[in-house]
Amino acid sequence: MPPVAGADDWVLVTEEPLPVAEALDWAVLPSCGAVVTFCGTVRDHSEGRDGVVALEYECYREHASPRLAAVAGSARSRWPELGRIALLHRVGELGLSEVSVVVVASAPHRAEAFDAARHCIDTLKATVPIWKRERWAGGSDWASCAHEPREASDVSR
Amino acid sequence: MPLLRVFGPARDAAGTAGEQFPGADVGAVLDAACERYGPGFADVLRRSAVWLNGEPATRAHAVGDDDEVAVLPPVSGG
Repeated sequence: MPPVAGADDWVLVTEEPLPVAEALDWAVLPSCGAVVTFCGTVRDHSEGRDGVVALEYECYREHASPRLAAVAGSARSRWPELGRIALLHRVGELGLSEVSVVVVASAPHRAEAFDAARHCIDTLKATVPIWKRERWAGGSDWASCAHEPREASDVSR
Repeated sequence: MPLLRVFGPARDAAGTAGEQFPGADVGAVLDAACERYGPGFADVLRRSAVWLNGEPATRAHAVGDDDEVAVLPPVSGG
């Protein structure tokens, strides 16, 4: 499941449950003393909307993974000392508490690992062509907190 | 003919995920789509980004048979 031997970026868009533990294991390197993992999970409410029971994600399949790779690239340009970066996003229908997105960043020291992981999730949300529809007991609609898509290279730190 | 792909709210408004439209540039393809799908789609288009073959595009970009124009409403991954 991880990328070919030697690659230090792992990007994935899949309908299967995300391999969180595998991504964490993969990111650990002898040269890195810090590994930060961020998981985004399905929440039961959003802005002005209670009782959310599921999220349905769709993506622009051909361009979602390249955009994830661009996010990783933008992190590397800011923190060249980064070890490994995993950016994994699930699509399809997800129930409450399921993991929709995973960011893992390893670095020699914790400051860069935390900063890079934060940068990656923020940039991912602003640039990767993925949309989520929220479903609640009485209906469903597209998420209201959405961003006009930008390029990873244009997102400031 | 260029292929138009639409996502999220734009797909709902169009009632389809994509189809081919005649047109020599991005603007012509989008105008043809608005004509077919109606004002609901035009509303979504106004707040959407437009890509040509995976890169941001303007209405003036020329398109041909193998090109793909995409309408991307505000993204909400994560």
